[in-house]
Amino acid sequence: MTRVIKYVFYDILRTRFILLYTLFLLLCTIAMFQLDSDTGKVILSLMNIVLMVVPLISIVFSTIHFYNSYEFIELMLAQPVDRKVIFLGEYFAVAFSLSLSILAGVGIPMMLYGADASGFTLLYAGVMLTLVFVSLAFLSSVLTRDKAKAIGVALLFWFYFSLIYDGLLLWITYTFMDYPLERLTLTLISFNPIDMARILMLLQLDISALMGFTGAFYKNFFGSSTGMIFSTAVLFAWIVMPVVIAARVFNRKDL
Amino acid sequence: MISIQQLRKNFGRLQALKGIDVEFRSGKSYAMIGPNGSGKTTLIKSILGMVIPTSGEILVDGENIRHHWSYREKIGYMPQIGQFPDNMRIGQLLDMIRNIRQHPPAVDEELVEAFQLNAMLDKRMHTLSGGTRQKVSAALAFLFSPPVLFLDEPTSGLDPLSVEILKEKIVHEKERGKLIVITSHILSDLDELTTDVVYMHEGTVKYNNSLETLKEVTGEQKLGKAIANLMRSVSAQHPRIHKSHEKLNTIVL
Repeated sequence: MTRVIKYVFYDILRTRFILLYTLFLLLCTIAMFQLDSDTGKVILSLMNIVLMVVPLISIVFSTIHFYNSYEFIELMLAQPVDRKVIFLGEYFAVAFSLSLSILAGVGIPMMLYGADASGFTLLYAGVMLTLVFVSLAFLSSVLTRDKAKAIGVALLFWFYFSLIYDGLLLWITYTFMDYPLERLTLTLISFNPIDMARILMLLQLDISALMGFTGAFYKNFFGSSTGMIFSTAVLFAWIVMPVVIAARVFNRKDL
Repeated sequence: MISIQQLRKNFGRLQALKGIDVEFRSGKSYAMIGPNGSGKTTLIKSILGMVIPTSGEILVDGENIRHHWSYREKIGYMPQIGQFPDNMRIGQLLDMIRNIRQHPPAVDEELVEAFQLNAMLDKRMHTLSGGTRQKVSAALAFLFSPPVLFLDEPTSGLDPLSVEILKEKIVHEKERGKLIVITSHILSDLDELTTDVVYMHEGTVKYNNSLETLKEVTGEQKLGKAIANLMRSVSAQHPRIHKSHEKLNTIVL
């Protein structure tokens, strides 16, 4: 497995895209810190970037990478290597390099300028979102042989989770605003990894008061250790489930 | 060595393999012949585990290959069109294939040297010509001196000198008692290299016997003519193809 990961990782480094991505994150973070001296505000601005850009880049890059590795995968399949090892090797290498980009691009400036616990939550949310969207990208890649179609599906995932789902959620809460909705919204939010990450961040930044009673409820729930375990478990499920399904599909795929 | 029982493969509605029963024995070399789309490559890819059969069994050394992968240590495969990671150099590719194995056996670099690939180890794969890719492909297939070799149209795209080098290597390996399966449309090549003929047609095996028997039965000395005879008798059983032949004749006339 480590051998496969090593070769895929080298291959990713050769395309230089990862370096550009790291540089982009680095510049953004430094610029934010330069613009504002209040760490809380900086983290808030960074949060918006992390929640929009990181999932988009992760899912598009992973899908394109998977299709560009078809030759490598075909070559490996003729060798005495397990299919699962090839697939998971690809996954871990992509997930590892994208996570590394975030840790370096956002983490290093944070260390230099000094950030509190909310900074770490941001890094945690960024890495978790990266893993979730790499998983979704691999799922959409094994479902079709057509590269354009797979990128379309990948983009649809991104649109759905970052825009459409929120709209639906807002509509539901608005329509049923006369009823107690805390538990329902909490459940619905679990179905969207980006929302999950956003709420984690907002609670860290102590602006949950802006969210009214629901905010207080979340604060109560996520502030406790059960909440932390719950959110990590949900994000973890979002990472593992698509990969497991994708690996099963890949195992039966004709190449 | 390799035994295939009732192998079927459907691609959607298309039946690529319709119940194949074949044995490939060690020490023999087989010419797999058949028109385009007759299922030759699908059969080879099924044995390699790249294509997952719809039903049927494939046994390598008596062991079912379903969900297994270590049996591929015994197989060298030269694909019809060699696909390689574009950014890699030839040297890196050779190193990678060597390193990916957990127990790397002794390597056989005869072809690497004969094709003078050592002089171009720094070239990236996407800059290579079709013929050079084919040479890399061949070198990789023979690299670990595996007991089984599947060569899918090995000579296409190679210059005459390289064809001779490759043919010499195949004969050499055949004499060492390896099982070799070659598909090709250049029948004169196969005449020198093979001992047995497997003739495929629309996903079925129509003929499977030794080359000598085929020549005796058809009364021809050359494989090309013998196969032409065979094809004629096969298409006589398939009126649809016969008709298309007739149509072709009338157009020519």
